[in-house]
Amino acid sequence: MIEYKNVTKTYGANIGLNDANVCIEKGDFVFLVGPSGAGKSTFIRLLLREIKADSGSIFFDGQDITKISNREIPKLRRSMGIVFQDFRLLPKKTVYENVAFAMEIIHMSPRFIRRQAPQVLSLVGISDKARQYPDELSAGEQQRVAIARAIVNNPVLLIADEPTGNLDPDTAWEIMRLLEQINARGTTVLMVTHARDIVNRMGRRVIAINAGRIISDDEKGVYVSGKRAARSGAGEGEKSGEGEADDDLHA
Amino acid sequence: MIYTLKQALKQFARNGAMASASVFSITAILLILGVVFLLIVNVTNITETVRSDFDTIEVYLLDSTERADADAIMKELAAAPEVTEVRYKSKEEALEAFKVKFGDKAYLLEMRQSNPLPNSLVVKVGKIEDCDAVVGMVRRHEGVENINYYKETIDKLVRMTTFIQYGALAVILALLIISVVVVSNTIKLMVLGREREISIMKYVGATNWFIRGPFLVEGILIGLISALISLGVVYLMYHRFEQAFGTDMIVMLSTNLVPERFMMANLSVIFAALGVSIGACGSIISMRRFLDT
Repeated sequence: MIEYKNVTKTYGANIGLNDANVCIEKGDFVFLVGPSGAGKSTFIRLLLREIKADSGSIFFDGQDITKISNREIPKLRRSMGIVFQDFRLLPKKTVYENVAFAMEIIHMSPRFIRRQAPQVLSLVGISDKARQYPDELSAGEQQRVAIARAIVNNPVLLIADEPTGNLDPDTAWEIMRLLEQINARGTTVLMVTHARDIVNRMGRRVIAINAGRIISDDEKGVYVSGKRAARSGAGEGEKSGEGEADDDLHA
Repeated sequence: MIYTLKQALKQFARNGAMASASVFSITAILLILGVVFLLIVNVTNITETVRSDFDTIEVYLLDSTERADADAIMKELAAAPEVTEVRYKSKEEALEAFKVKFGDKAYLLEMRQSNPLPNSLVVKVGKIEDCDAVVGMVRRHEGVENINYYKETIDKLVRMTTFIQYGALAVILALLIISVVVVSNTIKLMVLGREREISIMKYVGATNWFIRGPFLVEGILIGLISALISLGVVYLMYHRFEQAFGTDMIVMLSTNLVPERFMMANLSVIFAALGVSIGACGSIISMRRFLDT
C-alpha cells in the first residue's frame, strides 16, 4: 500500500532521507525507529505531503503522491489518520466536539456525525468523558481522544508520531493495545517511536533509520539504536543481526 | 457554508476589539477616499461646464472695416465645419452689454463722446480644441484688429484638472494599499490565535478554501461594515455642504454641485466593491503563509 522508491530529500546541506526503499502492505503494523534527526519525521512528512521529495517516488494506494498537485493533498490526507506525541486537541472544544470537528471539516452530514462519533469514542474507551474538555482529562485519555479523532473518518493508514512519548509506561501500553486493536480491524499502522521496550515486546515489523538511510527492516524486529547499528551495520547496510540487538537490550 | 458563516461570526465576537479597530481605520480611509472622490467628480464637472462656456472667439474689427467685408468673413466662418455659430456684434450692442456689466457705474461710459468699442464677430466653435484652426482662418483677413479667445486659459484649467485627477488617483491607491495591510494584520492575529486548529484541520484533510472561508468572510465583513459607516458619514457631509454652499457654487462657477443622489448611488457601489475587495485581499494575503503545505 505504501511504497518508497529511491526517495531522497535534503534540506540544504542536511540529509533528510537518502535513497530510501520501503514497502508496507495493507494491514501491516510497522514501527519506525531511529535517533533524533535520523529522518523519521522526514519519512512521515513526505507521506503526508507536507514536503516534497527531491527524487524518487512514493506510492500510496497505487498513486504516486510525489506527483499529485497541491489541490489533491486534502484528499490524500483524508485517507490517513495522524496522532501526535502532544495530542494536539483543541482546548476549547469538548472531547465529543474534537472528534466531530474532524468529520465536520470533511463535510460529513450532522446526522452521520451524531451516529459515528459516539461509536468511535466508545471504541477508544472514553464515551463517559465525551462532554469534558481536554484539560480535564489525563494524558492517556487525551491520547485516546486524539486516536478517536484520527480514526473517525475510517482512514486506511494510521500514522502515530511517538504517541506514547508523553505517557507513563502503563498508560503507554494501554495505548499500544488500542493501536493493536485498530490494526486488527484492518487499518495499517505506522508508528514512530523511541520506546525500546514497546518495540521489543510487540514483536512487530521494525524499520530503522539513521542519517537518512534505512539501516534495517525486520519482520518481528527489535529496536535498533542508530549508533549501534551504525557500528555493526555500516559495512553490510541492511539487516543487522537480531540477536545482537537483543543482547544490547537486556544488558 | 453554514460552518463558515458560524465560524466567521464567532471569531468576530471573540476578536471584537481588534475587529473594531480595523473597522475604524478602514472607515477613516474610506472617508478620505470618499471625499477625494466627491472632489474629483465635482472638479471634473466644473471643468466641463467652464469648457463649454468658453467656446467663444471674439474677433474685433478695425473701425475702417466695412460691413460688407465683415459679412464676407462671417460667410467663410459659417461655412467652416468647426464653427457652430457666427454673430455680428456692433459697436452699439457692445456698449449696451458693457453698460449692463458695469451696472451702476455705467455713467463713467456716458462721459465719453464717442463709442470706443469696436465692432466684432462672435464665433462659437463646437469643440474648444478647434479654436486654433478657426483663429488661423480669421487672422488671414484684413480688417481684423484683434482676436480674443480663452484657449490658453482653458488649457491651463484642463491641465490643472488632470493633475488633480492623477494626484487623487495616487492618493486613492496608497490608501487602498494601507487598508489591505490593516485588514491583513487583523486577520493574521486571528489566524495566529487559531494556528493549532488550522494545522489540525490540514492534517485531517480540510481543503485550503475550507480553512480560508471563515477568515475570508471575516475580512469581507470588516470591509463591508466600514463601507457602510463611511458611506453614511460621507452622505451627511455632502448633504451639509450642498445645503451650505450649493447656491454660492452656482453664482461663482455657474454650475451646480453634482447632485447628491447621483453621487451616493455611485459611491455606495464603489464603497461596497472596495470594502469587499479590501477585506478579501487582506485575508487571503495574511493566510498565504499558513496554507503553504
